Amino acid sequence: MSTVTTRPYGSAPGLAYDGAAMLGRQLRRARNNPGLLILTQTMPITMLLFFGYVFGSALAMPGAEYRAFLVPGLLVATAANGIMTGMFQAAQDTHRGVTDRLRTLPVSRAAVPLGQSVADVLVTAAGTVPLLLVGLAVGWRVEGGALGAVGAVGLLLLFRFATTWIGIFLGLLTRSEEAAGQLGGATFILPLLSNAYIPTGGLPGWLRTVAEWNPISAVTTALRDLFGNAPVPEGAAWPVTHPVAGSLAWCAVLLAVFVPLAVRRYAHGAR
Amino acid sequence: MTTTYAVLSEGLEKRFGPVRALRGLDLAVAEGTVCGLLGPNGAGKTTAVRLLTTLLRPDAGSARIAGHDLVREAAAVRRLIGVTGQYASVDGDLTGRQNLRLFARLHRVRDAAARADELLERFGLADAADRPAATLSGGMRRRLDLAASLVRRPDVLFLDEPTTGLDPASRNRIWEAVRALKEEGTTVLLTTQYLEEADRLADDIALMDRGRVAHTGSPAELKALVGAYAEAVVADTDALARAAGVLDRLTGAEPVLDDERRTVGVVSTDPTLTLPRLVRALDAAGVPLVDASLRPPTLDDVFLRLTGGSGDSSDSGNSKELVA
Repeated sequence: MSTVTTRPYGSAPGLAYDGAAMLGRQLRRARNNPGLLILTQTMPITMLLFFGYVFGSALAMPGAEYRAFLVPGLLVATAANGIMTGMFQAAQDTHRGVTDRLRTLPVSRAAVPLGQSVADVLVTAAGTVPLLLVGLAVGWRVEGGALGAVGAVGLLLLFRFATTWIGIFLGLLTRSEEAAGQLGGATFILPLLSNAYIPTGGLPGWLRTVAEWNPISAVTTALRDLFGNAPVPEGAAWPVTHPVAGSLAWCAVLLAVFVPLAVRRYAHGAR
Repeated sequence: MTTTYAVLSEGLEKRFGPVRALRGLDLAVAEGTVCGLLGPNGAGKTTAVRLLTTLLRPDAGSARIAGHDLVREAAAVRRLIGVTGQYASVDGDLTGRQNLRLFARLHRVRDAAARADELLERFGLADAADRPAATLSGGMRRRLDLAASLVRRPDVLFLDEPTTGLDPASRNRIWEAVRALKEEGTTVLLTTQYLEEADRLADDIALMDRGRVAHTGSPAELKALVGAYAEAVVADTDALARAAGVLDRLTGAEPVLDDERRTVGVVSTDPTLTLPRLVRALDAAGVPLVDASLRPPTLDDVFLRLTGGSGDSSDSGNSKELVA
């Protein structure tokens, strides 16, 4: 075997270098195997048309207004799917031996989950475009100015980044890919307990409290506000009445909890 | 000349809940040699490899890999080892080429693309280099796994059951690769359930049983430890006892009688016992001999004798399932 020349390990900042390599891996992986991406991105479009035209017809809100209300909700609900995709990919890597192979390499411990989460955000950003286009076709508009729209997209991706870390941690915990799939499937209930699809004003008291303290509600309200699709509701819980600050706070809390948990879990393995 | 050890562990212990998977593993693998780690299921082979490759932290004991402390210098250890096992696999969604480039990059190989191509060529994977790894045949997949652990030419290579489930041709290719690596000076620690594999590849064998190394030595030494198997087939069952008396006197070991097959057998560790001597002694005692044999031991005999056939004993469990 010819000699293999290597760079000294300390020559590049470890986390950035390894993270970039892992990011490349995830993007290549998404390109090689686009099935999951297509599935997770066609789902909200189907729901937009189904909810917008079928359920929307039974609501007091006019159809076009409901569809404009619905688009931010679906964007955030889709971002919350980061739990599912993060979990699924981490569980798959763990149970197929990829995680352990990477753990035997001289790779910065945070690089693997970091690469996965950043890749997920990039893929999500691209995947959001079709939903926005269909949204435009059915009556959703950016009514809050360009700056607001940029802020809305930024907040959306930050939220996705946070939910992916929840998913990575849970995926590293699961005992099998099947368990990850089932648990991941159960996350569809999270946006149902929020204001993503309906205004929370009409919910019974306790359920309304639960829904308004759901991070999805804060982020959805922030997006409706920043896109200029619907006013911030009054008399709701703090994260909803202060949606941008509330969303940022939620993301900060989720990241502060789940980033260390996921990195620790990754570094130490199952036992 | 002093021996340098590429792997040197003392008293490694690992417990999974109530199960003591390793109870004091002492292992010494000399630099540049191939060491076969043998043992029944549940003996702790996989746990041992997972500890020695930094995937698990020991509860007690210490080890040095290529001169670095396993726990305190784990990062340095990871730079110097290669690992291939059922649990340390390549990414099935990436192609072989993409996998090797990724691992080479993570190992800071200067020209990762060229290194990937070189390894694909060496392991006969060039034609399949751009197929997703998940679509490769078992033999190709295992070669890709092996190639992935060689991107930076490791000082110590750990192979956990590298040929389990492979057809003979694929197995031979892996064996050739391991021999070539040894020629190049790589130290190899391999676990296997195939005794033939250990016999052919290993310079030394560490026989594990219930979480520790029960015996070590070269295949020849271990075979000598167990001895040859002498067996006599007699014409009538009445002669069995007489034949047993002869074998007892010759070997000093207790013969085993089989009435149905009219055989009496004994394990002999006496190197001076030859077949002519055996036959003459039986004949002199008037034993109506039908057949006699003196079979040199195989590693299977060693395995069964020295581990007492303790596979999957109740308290050791299967470490692979436990860590899954």
